[in-house]
Amino acid sequence: MQPTDITNPDYFHKVVDCQTGCPAHTDVPGYIRLIAQGRFSDAYLLNRRTNVFPGVLGRVCDRPCEPACRRGRIDEEPVAICRLKRVAADLRDNIRDRLPPVPAQKSGKRIALVGAGCASLAVANDLMPLGHEIVIYEAQDTPGGLMRTNIPSFRLPEDVLDEEIAQIVDMGVDLRLGTKVESLKALLGEGYDAIFIGSGAPKGKNLEIPGRYESDRIHIGIEWLESIAFEHIDSVGQNVLIIGVGNTAMDCCRSSLRLGAKNVKVMARKPRAFFKASEWELKDAEEENVEIVVNHSPKEFVIEAGKLVGMKFELMEYDLDEQGKIVAQRITGETVVPCDDVVLAIGQDNAFPWIERDLGIDFDKWDVPVVDPVTYESGCRGVFFGGDAAFGPKNIIWAVEHGHQAAISIHKHCRGEDVADRLKDGMHLSSAKMGIHEWSYSNSYDVAERTLVPHLSLLERFKNLDFEVELGFDAERAVREVERCLNCDQQTVFTADLCIECDACIDVCPVKCLTMTQNGDEADLRERLTTPARNLEQDLYVSAALPQTSRVMVKDEDLCVHCGLCAERCPTAAWDMQKFTLAVPYAIDENVPPKPELIARKWGT
Amino acid sequence: MSFIAKPKVIHPQSPRNELGLTVRDYEGGMSTLCAGCGHDSVTGAIVQAVFELSIPPHRMAKLSGIGCSSKTPAYFVKESHGFNTVHGRMPSVASGANAANSDLWYIGVSGDGDSLSIGLGQFCHAIRRNVNMLYIIENNGVYGLTKGQFSASADLGSKAKKGAENQQPPIDPCRMAISMGAGFVARSFSGDKEQLLPLIKAGLSHKGFAVIDVISPCVTFNDHEGSTKSYEYTRQHFHPAIQANYVPPSEEIKVQYKAGEAMPVTLHDGSQIILRKVAGKYDPTDRASIYSYLEQHQQAGEVITGLLYYDDSLKEMHDLSNIVDEPLSTVDHSDLCPGNDALQVLQNVWR
Repeated sequence: MQPTDITNPDYFHKVVDCQTGCPAHTDVPGYIRLIAQGRFSDAYLLNRRTNVFPGVLGRVCDRPCEPACRRGRIDEEPVAICRLKRVAADLRDNIRDRLPPVPAQKSGKRIALVGAGCASLAVANDLMPLGHEIVIYEAQDTPGGLMRTNIPSFRLPEDVLDEEIAQIVDMGVDLRLGTKVESLKALLGEGYDAIFIGSGAPKGKNLEIPGRYESDRIHIGIEWLESIAFEHIDSVGQNVLIIGVGNTAMDCCRSSLRLGAKNVKVMARKPRAFFKASEWELKDAEEENVEIVVNHSPKEFVIEAGKLVGMKFELMEYDLDEQGKIVAQRITGETVVPCDDVVLAIGQDNAFPWIERDLGIDFDKWDVPVVDPVTYESGCRGVFFGGDAAFGPKNIIWAVEHGHQAAISIHKHCRGEDVADRLKDGMHLSSAKMGIHEWSYSNSYDVAERTLVPHLSLLERFKNLDFEVELGFDAERAVREVERCLNCDQQTVFTADLCIECDACIDVCPVKCLTMTQNGDEADLRERLTTPARNLEQDLYVSAALPQTSRVMVKDEDLCVHCGLCAERCPTAAWDMQKFTLAVPYAIDENVPPKPELIARKWGT
Repeated sequence: MSFIAKPKVIHPQSPRNELGLTVRDYEGGMSTLCAGCGHDSVTGAIVQAVFELSIPPHRMAKLSGIGCSSKTPAYFVKESHGFNTVHGRMPSVASGANAANSDLWYIGVSGDGDSLSIGLGQFCHAIRRNVNMLYIIENNGVYGLTKGQFSASADLGSKAKKGAENQQPPIDPCRMAISMGAGFVARSFSGDKEQLLPLIKAGLSHKGFAVIDVISPCVTFNDHEGSTKSYEYTRQHFHPAIQANYVPPSEEIKVQYKAGEAMPVTLHDGSQIILRKVAGKYDPTDRASIYSYLEQHQQAGEVITGLLYYDDSLKEMHDLSNIVDEPLSTVDHSDLCPGNDALQVLQNVWR
């Protein structure tokens, strides 16, 4: 293999699994170390740079970082990253005066954003400090989009959402609530310099089976949650069936319990391995005694005397292959499950009846607009998409990342530059060595198991729809959990010229991830290591030829716990622990290119 | 030394031996030797060898004297028996322990100071008694613990850190052991685990005294230009004469060797050592020719390595003394010490 190019930011970025897993590339190890130091406001602001809504995301993020976390490969449970994020938001001081200033001198550019959801708000957050004038059109009377209408307040309290939206709107955004955009053509006619469409995927999927329209007790999930959020609905029958097992279904079943339902069943067509809901959301629902019923395929609604009394299901059986894929299915019978209400939570569709089809914007077969995956520009120049409106339903953190990228494009578009010619990621490495065998991070491995988040008791939580169920970590629990972090951004950096091939690093490595051996191709090397490197998703770090024997030093990045012992036992400092800082460019960096070393210094831990 | 303990995590795919243990189960405390010390690498090889031989940790005794090398038993197989003796006296304690309990695996770790200066006599007599043990000399040519004076194994002309040349002739533990009648004499290098590991396994399995002289550079006082025991010098002057492969009893020998090219030796426990000639005419059973071969090549500054001499026909200490097979520690006290009446009967035999 060729020596690994560690000057390419992508290499060490990939080692920080959580940061790579996060669509917005949040510096997870960086901010959780700040939390451990009690620097909650700094941790909050470091978060906010990338994900804009730390308080919201600390509660309801889909947390792609956690399944990616290296700790999860070592003792099964990843670091509770999402819950730590919330600690920063809960315990911080007022940070209003530390938000980016909005210049008095305006750029003279006017930008319209359609929908006041997370994607549009992220765009506004990035563009206001550049002096652009931002107008947001929102059909509802409150901003927040799906964050407000679709996430029940027992998971995301209103005041948290209000505060983080206000941080953006108060920069001077012209927020026009209750103003639905009926025609893109008309909006284009208003002379905006750019338009961003972040109107979400606001249409819940329907289930067209017999009896669907014979009762008013059959609801579409996201519309039903919206009605609860706006207090149009405040009760539900005793027996409720939820159709579907995505995260929306979990919100629907738990909301039902709070509206008075006594017996809630979530009906799934397939076995558990095929569920779309995140594992923790399933767990939270099951803790509240929601029954999840598998292998039931909806057949018809049972209506007696004009009243919904139950639902008929076909009982399914599946044959799986070795990979767990369904190869055959058959119906083994039928059953009727009695109920008073049915909530359909089987997915969402995008809906763009207000976009004329002659503006140059192409739509694919699912009626989703065709958008450039890098610039987020549509076929109509100056019209950008982001969030669920761009690529179909995803989640908040993806929408925020779309917002950042679209903001860069919009700013470049406004300046008459090529939107595809974008700044690349930068990086900075600085040694973590503080003295003999002392490092600037806590390098000792903590054997503690994942810290549990305290919950409101089962008796208390149903008393009010707004009672937040998760209580969050206190500072003490947070510190304990931070110690579980492996500090994957503290990179093991090797200088081949200095190595005397004494084997000290190899002998001391607790997970045996280092090897000195003859070079070979990757497949061959992976098998010849001290412990064979069979996780192909993780890279090998290969050195240049070593001075004395021309062998190479190979490190399997997979399970390194970043304890720094290789560097401590190295007599010549050929191994060093170095803090890696990724500099992700934002719209504001287009004016002054970012200096990675300044970012490292500002957010150093 | 490091301030943190070695993390208690293991690679989920870590191999397990016949006892279900991982290599981590054979480690000891965190080393307090200098970072980069050759001795730590020897420790690493011992850990790996004992793991691969599936030796139950509590069936092993590790002994040492004084010196950097003699600290190392603290760093491997923490659940075994151990004895850190007076300077140079480890062979006596090892002999005594072995006499009392022949059923343990004995491993002694010593250095060039402990074995070739203060303990030279002890070392020689342990060889003559043919104590059943593996005796490792971690040889770095200097007294590291007292800041780097030349030791008795320093080569003529080798330079100290400040430039002084060694004027006294070196003691070669291998040639000495061969002349004393040791049955298993090997030399290796801490920086070459591929060679060292099978030697340690073979040495532990050999019945009788097995000595391995391991060139183990002192990274602090003897790893500079002009030293003949540095990492770089050893790598440049390293000449394997015989390659020894260890084959455990349960494994078949798969590689076919041409006649005269390799010599398989079966050990008492059914395992085998395959001795493969690397250097032309070298014969690891011919004492006289080995002697001149080593003499000649060492004059040229070469470090001849491998299993230099092997003779499995020698009787070990218990056989020489006609001691019962059962370890004395398990023999009933009344049999072991039958009392005054029995003593009188015995003495009457000589009257």
